[in-house]
Amino acid sequence: MKLTMASSPHSHSHKSLSRLMLTVILACIPGLIAQLYFFGTGVLIQLILALVTVSVCEAIIMRIRKRAIWPALSDGSAWLTGVLLALSIPPLAPWWVIVIGCFFAIVIVKQLYGGLGFNLFNPAMAAYVLLLISFPVQMTSWLPVNELLGKSIDLSQQLALIFNGFTSSGFSLDQMRVGVDGVTMATPLDTIKTDVAHGLTVSESMQNPLFNQWTGLGWGWVNLGFLVGGLYLIKAKIINWHIPVGIIAMLSVCSAIGYIASPGTEPGVVFHLFSGATMMGAFFIATDPVSAATTNRGRLIYGAFIGLLVYLIRTFGGFPDAMAFAVLLLNMAVPLIDYYTQPRTYGHGVNK
Amino acid sequence: MEQLLNQIKKGKVWPFPGGIHPPGQKTLSSTQPITRLPLPDKLVVPLKQHIGANGQLIVEKGQRVLKGQALTQPIANWSVPVHAPTSGVIEDICHAPSAHPSALPELSVIIIPDGEDTWCELHVASDPSKLSHEQLIDIIHQSGIAGMGGAGFPTYIKADSRKAIEYLVVNAVECEPYITADDLLMQEHAQGIINGIEVMQQLLTPTLTIVGIEDNKPDAIAAMKKAAQHADNIIVQTVPTIYPSGGEKQLIKLLTNKEVPSGGIPADIGVLVQNVGTLFAINQAVYEGKPLIERVITVTGNTIHKPGNVWALLGTEIKHLLDCQGFSPVPQQRVVMGGPMMGFTLPTVRIGVVKTTNCILAPDHNELAEPGPEKACIRCSACADACPASLLPQQLQWFAKSQEYDKLKEHNLFDCIECGACAYVCPSEIPLVQYYRVAKAEIKEKQEEQIKAERAKVRFELRNARLEREQEARKNRHKRKPATEKSADEKQKIADALARVSNKPAKDDEKSAVAAAIARAKAKKQGDQLEPDNSEVAKERAARKEQARLYKEQKAAADTNEATHSDAPVDDKKSAVAAAIARAKAKKAAQADASTTTGDALVDDKKAAVAAAIARAKAKKAAQADASTTTEDAPVDDKKAAVAAAIARAKAKKAAQAEQLAASKNNNTEETTVENTPADDKKAAVAAAIARAKAKKAAQAEQLAASEKVNTEEATIENTPVDDKKAAIAAAIARAKAKKAAQAEQLAASEKVNTEEETVENTPVDDKKAAIAAAIARAKAKKAAKEQADEANPQTETSETSATFEQNIEAQAPVKEKPELTAQEKKKAAVAAAIARAKAKKLLKEGSDKS
Repeated sequence: MKLTMASSPHSHSHKSLSRLMLTVILACIPGLIAQLYFFGTGVLIQLILALVTVSVCEAIIMRIRKRAIWPALSDGSAWLTGVLLALSIPPLAPWWVIVIGCFFAIVIVKQLYGGLGFNLFNPAMAAYVLLLISFPVQMTSWLPVNELLGKSIDLSQQLALIFNGFTSSGFSLDQMRVGVDGVTMATPLDTIKTDVAHGLTVSESMQNPLFNQWTGLGWGWVNLGFLVGGLYLIKAKIINWHIPVGIIAMLSVCSAIGYIASPGTEPGVVFHLFSGATMMGAFFIATDPVSAATTNRGRLIYGAFIGLLVYLIRTFGGFPDAMAFAVLLLNMAVPLIDYYTQPRTYGHGVNK
Repeated sequence: MEQLLNQIKKGKVWPFPGGIHPPGQKTLSSTQPITRLPLPDKLVVPLKQHIGANGQLIVEKGQRVLKGQALTQPIANWSVPVHAPTSGVIEDICHAPSAHPSALPELSVIIIPDGEDTWCELHVASDPSKLSHEQLIDIIHQSGIAGMGGAGFPTYIKADSRKAIEYLVVNAVECEPYITADDLLMQEHAQGIINGIEVMQQLLTPTLTIVGIEDNKPDAIAAMKKAAQHADNIIVQTVPTIYPSGGEKQLIKLLTNKEVPSGGIPADIGVLVQNVGTLFAINQAVYEGKPLIERVITVTGNTIHKPGNVWALLGTEIKHLLDCQGFSPVPQQRVVMGGPMMGFTLPTVRIGVVKTTNCILAPDHNELAEPGPEKACIRCSACADACPASLLPQQLQWFAKSQEYDKLKEHNLFDCIECGACAYVCPSEIPLVQYYRVAKAEIKEKQEEQIKAERAKVRFELRNARLEREQEARKNRHKRKPATEKSADEKQKIADALARVSNKPAKDDEKSAVAAAIARAKAKKQGDQLEPDNSEVAKERAARKEQARLYKEQKAAADTNEATHSDAPVDDKKSAVAAAIARAKAKKAAQADASTTTGDALVDDKKAAVAAAIARAKAKKAAQADASTTTEDAPVDDKKAAVAAAIARAKAKKAAQAEQLAASKNNNTEETTVENTPADDKKAAVAAAIARAKAKKAAQAEQLAASEKVNTEEATIENTPVDDKKAAIAAAIARAKAKKAAQAEQLAASEKVNTEEETVENTPVDDKKAAIAAAIARAKAKKAAKEQADEANPQTETSETSATFEQNIEAQAPVKEKPELTAQEKKKAAVAAAIARAKAKKLLKEGSDKS
């Protein structure tokens, strides 16, 4: 009888890479729904564009590298990158923005570094930063939430905006962004930053219809959606709690100190936590295993520094949000953090 | 400590980091009682079923053996015997595939059972609690018991722990999925296990015995608790079900909150772990006299019709186990020995079970899926979260792939217990453990290579050194002996220089004496290599000496001329005399050398050494005297010299007589020292004694005549009424001669060697020589006497001085460097004085030791 030889262990947990990636994508759904509700179906169009682009890019590169295409695609890592990037950019940004972003993320940031597992930087965030720096206007053209829009935009008009830059009636995106009162609407973070720079206090700025009592209209819900998804990821043991906790704790501490020191110019803890990309960054971006710290202690440090950088850049920097920059900066520090946070191995140190 | 004990007794457990929860699958096999298999047709009993050496085979092919009869006997350390599992005939003794991941062929005894299953005679101790420690260890050893949990460590070694054992931990955790052998054993034989525990307690006297059982075995826990009821120093601890809590290190952490230091063993922290199966085997051995010939094995898996536990004789082929339990293999069937986490697949089912086989698992593809293709590591660190040793498996994997061995060691690869938890959880299905195994093997191989390379290097260097030596020896024997002698010469020069330097600040520095002695010893060694030479060599040497003598003569003559500037009248004569003496001596020496080297080399050497030392000592004193007295004494010296010669002659005679006397009678203290030493030593001792005695005289005389302050310590001086006049004259002579002597030191030293006593008595020339010798001796002795009082522990040996002597024969440096002769000679004299002192001290010490 011919017996099959194999090395131990002969048992496996049946966890798999594709299941892991798929779970993360699914965990994005609450946030996605919130975005859909507040910012329209444009995000879905971006999502489809992104998925197609990353699949094509990944397949071409695999072909060039003479590797099997389907195994690489089916691990889901490329799709996750596409999803995260699509959720990060303005829903009505021109189509080529997301296409360039996805190409850059997959081809340059991921595959040119050796493919999955070898990339130094978070592909989605690297692409986001590239886009932000290259196309600042398009990348900051967020529509205000639907209820503040002067004109309602249906799907065909959104498609037209994304692919042509103008609606069928000839309005540009900028024109669409003009609110009911005729003032161009920016994101809540941007608004506060600009207002404070113009000598207004935060409470004065918060009078803007963009805000509800606590945070930006709609944005709070989007962040809440990602928080829910993130908590599910922790529960499903897809990610460890250390990075999100590090980020949220540090951001809370910093914004609390800031608020106490200067209540007039500081929007406070809740605003920071539920604005911009905080929750998405904390649970979905910074936790990208490939580019994040790998020891649990290291993850806390990694998260804390991201939180600190987010706060510092939001408050003192030139950009309204900072998750992408903070994550990329900390990606560079990962080898160092990992080296100095090795856990104590059994039998080393104590009990002598 | 107390606190820890209380916590343990209260049932506290300390979870270890990591761990996984694979599906248990234990109910497959745990529901039926243990059955006994029918006798197999054939048993394959490997000689080695444990960690350690094979036992020595004590049966032969064709022999009939009885059940329980030893097939091997332990020889070296860590060797454990194996026994015939049933009665039958040995069909063959050959290499057969073994229960090893590689199925490495092992020497095995093939037994065809006769079906009678007849036991050999069993020796059962009537009352095991009365057995001594050694008797119990012997029973455990002879019963062939080795750890049955998996490692197969010889139990007798563990039971004989040199380190104090505080906690005896009984491993009844059985954390691997599928396996229920220990579970069933505990359910059915709890009392036997407790008996085994008590034997171990008797051997190790631990404070507490903790039985750790996972909470998924309630029946076993109940059975063990019941059996252990009577003993309050045995507690049954329930531990949570988590893999790998049955790992030795993890279990220790779990039950005692202690960690085995990396690279250490549990005994280092006062803990010893035994598997329940092993303890039951100990019970069988001690209470029933049965050696280890069978064990409980779980035969399980979805391809087995009747999964369950069986008592299997060691050596039973896996095939028999599978067939008896019903087996319908699937395509690409895997048969695993051990559990699904740490077990290994077998290449064939025709392998005998061994002492460490606890499970045969024959799974189908649904229950244990074939591993999928390895995918990229995404650094998710699920492995690190699962690792019970808190390693970073993910990093280790990268380093293993890139063969960064230093990094692997830095990340504690060798603390990996290969439990497989990391590979179990890896979403990319990377065979992590396999990478570590390979890396470990590679590192070990590399280390072995390194050791080998180092050994080869040493061997190579030794060989080179030997070849060099041989070549040199050949050269010495046939061709260019002077070359080597010269090198010896140079060594001596260096040694002298060293001694001089160190002597300068403190003349009576012992260290310098020692250093000089060492230098001499070295020089001697060098000289010794020339020893085996025959007369031909001796002749050569004689010829060389003659040459040297001639050369020195010339030099000396030239020198005396130079020296005359200060001491003209004296030195002329002296030098003339000295030259004559030297010449005569040289001749004599050459003759003596030629005749005696072969036979009496050693003897002569020693004598010579003494003489040389004396000469050197004299030279030193002379140098001193020269500095202080030459100007005053110059006019007197002529007369004195004449008289002194006579006196010296007389004294020399006396000395010779005294020596004879001394040799025969052993009267005074110095002589008693000599009693037990070889003849040459005696002579040396005597010479020293004489010298010392004379020294007194000289010292007194000097005081009287020249009223110099040349250190006379009355305390050191013993007796001997001295003729004042004689003494005065002698002192003067000595002083006057000193300078010349200093110059001629090399000559005198060298030539006196082989001549000594005979010379003194026989010829007029020799008389003169003797005179000089006497003067030398006096000077030296005075010095020695002075030192005697306050010095200790000389290390010099008389024999060693011989080397110096040999070197001195050829030493030409001082002669060549005439211009600064006096200064140089002074230094040399200092060395010589040190030597003489050391020697004298030694003698004195020996004397006092013996008396």
